Amino acid sequence: MKLKIKKGIPLIDQHDKNFMYGGKFGGNFIPETLKKPIDDLTKLFSKLRKDQKFLKERDYHFKNYVGAPTPFIKLENLTDHLRGAQIYAKVVSEANGGAHKIYNATVHCLIAKKAGKKFIVGDTGAGYAGKMLSMAAKKFGLKCKIFMGAKDIKRQRPNVEAMRKNGAKIVPVTTGSQTLVDAVSECMRYWVANCDTTHMCVGSTVGPNIFVKICAWSTAQISRELFKQVKEEFGKIPSKMKLLNCVGGGSSAMGFWNEFMDTDAEFIGIEAGGPKNSKLHAAPLTNGSKIGILHGAAQYVIQDKEGQIGSTESISAGLDYPGISPLHCFLKDTKRARYTSASDEDALNAYKLVSKLENISPSLEPSHAFAEAIKLAIKLKSSDVIIVNSCGDSLKDKDIIKQKLGSYIR
Amino acid sequence: MRSSIALTFEKCKKEKRPALITYTVAGDNTQNNSLKILNKISKHADILELGFPHNTPIADGGQIQGSSYRALNNGLKLKDVFQIVKRFKRKNPDKPLILMGYYNLIYQSGENNFLRKCKTSGVDGCIIVDLPHPENKKFAAKCKKKSMNFIQLISPTTPFDRMKKIIKDSHDMVYYISMLSTTGGKLKVSPKNILKNYFKIKRINPKKNIVIGFGITDKTISALKSANGLVVGSMLCKSITNSLKMRQNPVTKLDKVVYNLKKKIL
Repeated sequence: MKLKIKKGIPLIDQHDKNFMYGGKFGGNFIPETLKKPIDDLTKLFSKLRKDQKFLKERDYHFKNYVGAPTPFIKLENLTDHLRGAQIYAKVVSEANGGAHKIYNATVHCLIAKKAGKKFIVGDTGAGYAGKMLSMAAKKFGLKCKIFMGAKDIKRQRPNVEAMRKNGAKIVPVTTGSQTLVDAVSECMRYWVANCDTTHMCVGSTVGPNIFVKICAWSTAQISRELFKQVKEEFGKIPSKMKLLNCVGGGSSAMGFWNEFMDTDAEFIGIEAGGPKNSKLHAAPLTNGSKIGILHGAAQYVIQDKEGQIGSTESISAGLDYPGISPLHCFLKDTKRARYTSASDEDALNAYKLVSKLENISPSLEPSHAFAEAIKLAIKLKSSDVIIVNSCGDSLKDKDIIKQKLGSYIR
Repeated sequence: MRSSIALTFEKCKKEKRPALITYTVAGDNTQNNSLKILNKISKHADILELGFPHNTPIADGGQIQGSSYRALNNGLKLKDVFQIVKRFKRKNPDKPLILMGYYNLIYQSGENNFLRKCKTSGVDGCIIVDLPHPENKKFAAKCKKKSMNFIQLISPTTPFDRMKKIIKDSHDMVYYISMLSTTGGKLKVSPKNILKNYFKIKRINPKKNIVIGFGITDKTISALKSANGLVVGSMLCKSITNSLKMRQNPVTKLDKVVYNLKKKIL
């Protein structure tokens, strides 16, 4: 059966009655205890997204709290340096808190309030999802707990400090690889035991279907803004336009692409290829991983023959995840998007070049996308347009960058 | 033909006691020991649940995670799980054995292939933690066709209408999760309240065998003995952990622990 994306219907709604995209991605592979809370949340969200008052509230906070719209700028120096395609950036890292995770966090807090929950829990890898959730929780008066892998706590110190300042309790996860995958598992386990009083925010477009939906619906703000900004800049949507975004769980890419779904814009997702000469990576789409079940959803996932989830490695904690959003699996199989990977070294080099030439300082996650942009731009003409989602700020990576490149200047 | 699970419940009812159901993880702490443990504890336990470990469990607490980790660390594969079952059933053909685990391992092995292996090794039933009703209908039907039990779960969050549907589609055993918790949590609901919920489910179809699990230890088991069956899992995994720490033999340790549990429900 050839999979196809339907035009005019939001991608998040293109699932069957079992919440599967293309009949094979997503769904709700969850313990019985979570069935009811997830049903309740599904009903509440489908009501809220049609509720004009709720939409107004969301837009108000996106404008006044998150800071919409985030800038859309041409990277003149990088473009001149490479002498190929014109390179632009959507500087989402200018959003409050320094990354796209603020959209999902804000919406989840608004929903938690509507659901009458006083506690909110979330997972985090790079620490941005956790930092934003702790910020939003503080703003909306919710008590917040963040699950984070012990390895990530060490390597993303600045975000950990931010979370503490916001009054969140950080729960270090010491099981398994001590990274994002374990943080998500532990957070889900916590929710299983506390779903009566607590709202859960999954930090990316992964997990049981409703979390995929809420997250993609929230980050879609990025492309709503960009669509207007591109039209203002070019007078129309350019015919040869590529939208480049890093993908870990895939939340920023979904938000970056959503409004362009029915246009000719080309979507390129860049996964974390891990260190050069290493067999470990975090790129299930690029490396042809098989479909499996992880965190309640069917998706391409790094695993062994038996179905044990595989270890990953990436310099960017935010991309260091063995699975990938069911939505991206769907986009891959329908060939609407294509996926490739960049190595740790590629990302570091891209970071170096971009931060040297331009007035932006992308974190290691979007640096993966910049690496691909640099590679592509040289081969293209000035009639081609590349837009990179600079979805995170490098400040959280200062320790790693200092260690790898000798210094971190801001 | 009645299943060995149904026959076991009948026998326990005649003896006016609940069935004692144990849960241990295949390959914990070694493949040999886990087989020896099954052989030993089957003298006291009525039904044995055997976990096939997954490294990303979303509903298990620390104790079962620890056991799964030990087993996987020793290189346990699904084929070894079936070997353990086969060798156990050769000695104990009438003792019901239920496999419990997460769906991804079945998905990777293929549902039909998995069930074929269950059948040839002598598995009597399956509990799949992350395959809830109604998504499990197809797999449950396949199990039934192979005259294997598919055990449905009901939780305190399950609405009454949904309970009725689950019970209707159930086979010889239904598993009631005592409280909102991962496995091995401290019992945070009083046994009285657990039983109140339990009998609400029971009244939907009094003929169904419904067992209670999660948070049951030697301290709480006797207060719940009016149920058709009681599952003890994390406490056993913890006992293995402790015996390894103290350099004791986990096999004799578990024999004692399960013997004591049985005494409390007679």
